[in-house]
Amino acid sequence: MMRTRARGRYSPEHVSFGWIALFSGPALVLYTVLVIVPIFTAFVYGLFTWKGTTPDAFVGLGNYVELFTRYPVNEQLGSALWHNVLFFVGTMAIQNTIGLGLAVLLHRTRRGKRVFQTLYSTPYLLSPLIVGYLWAMLLSPTFGPINEALRAVGLDALALPWLGQPSTALPVLILINAWQWIGGPLLIFGAALGGIPAELEEAGQLDGASSWRLFWAVRFPMIMPAVGVITVLTFIGCFNIFDLVYALGGSNGGPSGSMDVLGLLYYRLAFDGGTNAIGDSSAMAVLMFILVFGVAIALERLLRRREA
Amino acid sequence: MLGTRLAVQAVLWIYAGVAFGPILLVLLGSLRPTNEILQNPIALPTSFDLSNYVRAWESASLGTYFVNSVFITICSVALCVSVSVAAAYIITRRVFRGRAFLAAFFIAGLMVPAKLGLLPIYYMFQAGGLVDTHLGLILLYAASGIPFTMFVLMGFMRGLPVELEEAARLDGANDGRIFWSVILPLVRPALAVVTIFQFAPTWNDFFYPLVLLRDTDKYTIPVGLTQFFGEYSADRGTLFAGLIIALLPLAIVFAFASKQIMSGLTAGISK
Repeated sequence: MMRTRARGRYSPEHVSFGWIALFSGPALVLYTVLVIVPIFTAFVYGLFTWKGTTPDAFVGLGNYVELFTRYPVNEQLGSALWHNVLFFVGTMAIQNTIGLGLAVLLHRTRRGKRVFQTLYSTPYLLSPLIVGYLWAMLLSPTFGPINEALRAVGLDALALPWLGQPSTALPVLILINAWQWIGGPLLIFGAALGGIPAELEEAGQLDGASSWRLFWAVRFPMIMPAVGVITVLTFIGCFNIFDLVYALGGSNGGPSGSMDVLGLLYYRLAFDGGTNAIGDSSAMAVLMFILVFGVAIALERLLRRREA
Repeated sequence: MLGTRLAVQAVLWIYAGVAFGPILLVLLGSLRPTNEILQNPIALPTSFDLSNYVRAWESASLGTYFVNSVFITICSVALCVSVSVAAAYIITRRVFRGRAFLAAFFIAGLMVPAKLGLLPIYYMFQAGGLVDTHLGLILLYAASGIPFTMFVLMGFMRGLPVELEEAARLDGANDGRIFWSVILPLVRPALAVVTIFQFAPTWNDFFYPLVLLRDTDKYTIPVGLTQFFGEYSADRGTLFAGLIIALLPLAIVFAFASKQIMSGLTAGISK
């Protein structure tokens, strides 16, 4: 059999259907049945109203309209969405800026880089559930070490019930979440910074630029792709969050619903809902999917264009 | 210059404290009896006291949950990685019609929030008798892990050099042999990466077991912990021990996989 190929270029062989089926079959079947099919089924479920576990009537977009008009769901939807937005903004501002800052500091450090990276990333190993319980214990107003330490240095006024009052619950959530995930931006920014050609950095330094200018003029533009990736991933993560908030505040979203997010709302609709739980929660799930998917794609396009 | 260097080090170490401190607190706390902790939240253990661990393992059934978690996690990660590496191989190293579509089909799953299909999966499992089974969870976790695993493996495999494969082909090897003897050894670092990336979320997941398991003997660590926190809410020492038990396997796998990745990458360089 004659095989021709361009010099120096990889021209893979064509392959028989048998091999394709054998190699990709298992993954394809597993994935389609347990990931793809349920999505579409959920979509179909959302088009019906339900009486418990039997479909009742085809209502098209009726369930969706209900989510926006029926009290109290519509209000909760609004506040949950708002909290997700705040959560995203807060996480970008805290987790990703600190992550970037630490990445830059590590970039300049010669020794112990891996030790620091490992230490910073250990919270990632904990499940969000554990993180939630852990910090709930640490922040306990009476027995928690944090408030103990604050009282020990005389800052009694700051020994607040962090997770127990609406004004501090969401900010604390943002901080705890950042604590857990900071390893991600750290790693990605670190890799991006490592990819900056040394000449550019040296040229900047030779010109006598201060570190601050060096950062903004040289490093930041060069890592824009990483910034884009992190932004999109953060967005997806923040709008889908569930475990941590559930662990910290229960299914109702903490004190006065101040931590209520879309994920919790879905959970309540699915498991505490009325007879139309399936219809409501399926519509909610599809709504969340469209929101996250749509904005993620739009964000990605936007950021891609800015890079070029 | 020295001043800046010191300042940088200071910042790095302070954050290291923030990052690792709570975990250290839990570790130390797990070795102290609860009444001591309540009196003195931040202090070193006076003696090496393992009674918390014993209580957590036995009275709180964490031992059972631990075994369940180990079984489910290992099986599902093994399943996910093996079917994915095979599919990634055929998509990236061979040409056929619809190849690009297949690749995109798998990757699309990355954007899908997992809980979306929860109810349909529940009914599917009911029909198939998979509710309240470990098998159901294993299949589900394996399937959910495929998009990310495929993403990483495809990316990695696209970059592999072709000479070894071509040499094998000239020797008359078929796809199966090439896959097994040539490609698999080459993708070891990537396999380590996806294993650790799949291991943690699977081990830590509490949503699917919460919804799909009924028999408390079948519970995994995360769900068990939720119950555990309810019952033992006042017994901090035992709670801390429970957290460490839940965390330990991950730390071990993480350390092991990191080393694999490092050695795999450096081996490539030295070649």
